Amino acid sequence: MSSNTAHSVVEPSVTSKRVAGVIVVVYALITMVPLAWIFLTSIKSPPDSIAYPPRILFTPTLEGYCNLFTTRTRQTPEYIEALGAPKGTCDEVTRKRNMVIAGPSNFLPRFLNSLIIAFGSTFLAVFLGTLAAYGFSRFKVPLADDLLFFILSTRMMPPIAVAIPIYLMYRELGLSDTAIGMILLYTAVNVSLAVWLLKGFIDEIPREYEEAAMIDGYTRLQAFRKVVLPQATTGIAATSIFCLIFAWNEYAFAALLTSGTAQTAPPFIPTIIGEGGQDWPAVAAGTTIFLIPILLFTILLRKQLLRGITFGAVRK
Amino acid sequence: MNPKEKPVTDTTSSAMDRAAEVLARKTPLHAAQRIRGLSDRAIAWVFIFPAIALLLAINIFPLIWAIYLSFTNYRANRPNAPVENVGLRNYERVLTDPDIWMAMQTTAHFVFWTIVLQTVIGFTLAYLIDRKFRGHAFWTTIILIPMMLSPAVVGNFWRFLYEPQIGLFAYAVSFVSGLQPSDIRMLGDVNLAPWSIIIVDTWMWTPYVMLICLAGLRSIPDYIYEAAEVDRASNWRQFWTITVPMALPFIMLAVLFRGIENFKMFDMVTLLTGGGPGSTTEVASITLKRQAFESWSTGRSSAFAIILFVAVFGLANIYVKALNKVKQR
Repeated sequence: MSSNTAHSVVEPSVTSKRVAGVIVVVYALITMVPLAWIFLTSIKSPPDSIAYPPRILFTPTLEGYCNLFTTRTRQTPEYIEALGAPKGTCDEVTRKRNMVIAGPSNFLPRFLNSLIIAFGSTFLAVFLGTLAAYGFSRFKVPLADDLLFFILSTRMMPPIAVAIPIYLMYRELGLSDTAIGMILLYTAVNVSLAVWLLKGFIDEIPREYEEAAMIDGYTRLQAFRKVVLPQATTGIAATSIFCLIFAWNEYAFAALLTSGTAQTAPPFIPTIIGEGGQDWPAVAAGTTIFLIPILLFTILLRKQLLRGITFGAVRK
Repeated sequence: MNPKEKPVTDTTSSAMDRAAEVLARKTPLHAAQRIRGLSDRAIAWVFIFPAIALLLAINIFPLIWAIYLSFTNYRANRPNAPVENVGLRNYERVLTDPDIWMAMQTTAHFVFWTIVLQTVIGFTLAYLIDRKFRGHAFWTTIILIPMMLSPAVVGNFWRFLYEPQIGLFAYAVSFVSGLQPSDIRMLGDVNLAPWSIIIVDTWMWTPYVMLICLAGLRSIPDYIYEAAEVDRASNWRQFWTITVPMALPFIMLAVLFRGIENFKMFDMVTLLTGGGPGSTTEVASITLKRQAFESWSTGRSSAFAIILFVAVFGLANIYVKALNKVKQR
């Protein structure tokens, strides 16, 4: 705006904007450093990763990613010499360290577990959540406020407190260390978020739409399917992503209730070790692969983020 | 037609209600619906029941079981040993256990400082972003990224950043302060370790507070500032008499959510310090995990879990009452 007479109170001055911009950008860049470092470490060789002072310039290598996906054994140079030409990049970098690839590591199965459990529980939570949210939004449910508060309060329990009886229950039912058990557990945790968020979204869809459809001869269920659901698509998509992120990131339940076949990536990644301690490039590679989907989702979600993190309490 | 409007007499009220309902259903729309499908009430229950049933099975039933266990001497690693009722002894032992009070103090220190830092930095950032400089939307999205990431996986990587000799954090601090990088032992030093977890939590969750504060600032209507300008109120005065009070409910909401989350904190601290060195960063959840899954004193840890749950629940309730009072002002 012009600076002399028509000064608007609401529009901040040019200088204050500039100063604000510089501070915010500096903050943003500083908070990005750890994430940039994760990526840089993932393409460093192990000696480069632990060099002092920390190296910003180095020759990038795929060694971290190779080590992430494989297990290796040390061999004598003569043995490696006798093997002939290396098959592929990973074979080559591994042999440079006097090692040969012994087989695949557990990372891929753990990552697949994460995918199955996160998507399975998200689908169930959003499915149940949409139905319940519609029920709470459109019908007079006795004790509705108490039920809704009860649903929310299940989120306040410390995960370890819930894990003790769940551990015993799953042991009795044979659900320990199974994908089904984890899907059920994450569904239960996420259903509370899904109901609260989706109720907000469905409340915003005017009832008149369904009523008009019902006067035109739709039943309640048809109206729900053909009128409400299409209107709620954005809300359902946003809720799904929030549930997915929770299930994807969850550590406490996964660490306590899974140990092998159903273990997800978060408890697995910290256990990646090389010879003589943590193999940081491999850990960084696993972390990078694990974080990328969330990064994309965050950018997709940015308009709905506020609503999701406050259980729908704050809407823009 | 509406059952609520019927005069209600003491004994016949339910019968009257039912009759009224039947009458209500006789209206053309409802009657037509009944022929073609389920009644609204049936649909409501069919829709809501599965979600409630799941919560009952996976949340409430285990909670009740935990309450039962908290009165016994049950040990999960000896499922065949006889279970005895020990009355309130578990609760007594938890509340008089100095280790648990230490853990509570550690948790309080962690919760207090993370909330203070995140609120101050988060509000400042929101205030600056609200100046609407060019590109503010892009930079806001960038700032938001850390809070969406897995605290466990990212916390684990911070262990590498904190390494005294080779870590980037130690290098940066020594670069600024001139100290030897090998002396900056964030995770190994008893005085620094509590701050190392506060730093990571603040790095991750400041954007969360910022986002809620930003919504608060944007909810303040422009005309209030315009009126203040007419009254020639200084910027400083406007900030303290308009901006802060009007954004306060939002700030308080952010503090509530962060407080609950950090009271339960487990994953990031487990991976970063595991409660060490010694037990300097052993927050309540870690103590609980040790008692439940390492010492296997299931009964006692259940009592501790119930106490924690009641504490979170009680504090949150009191806080929400205060929040509602601020909102009504």
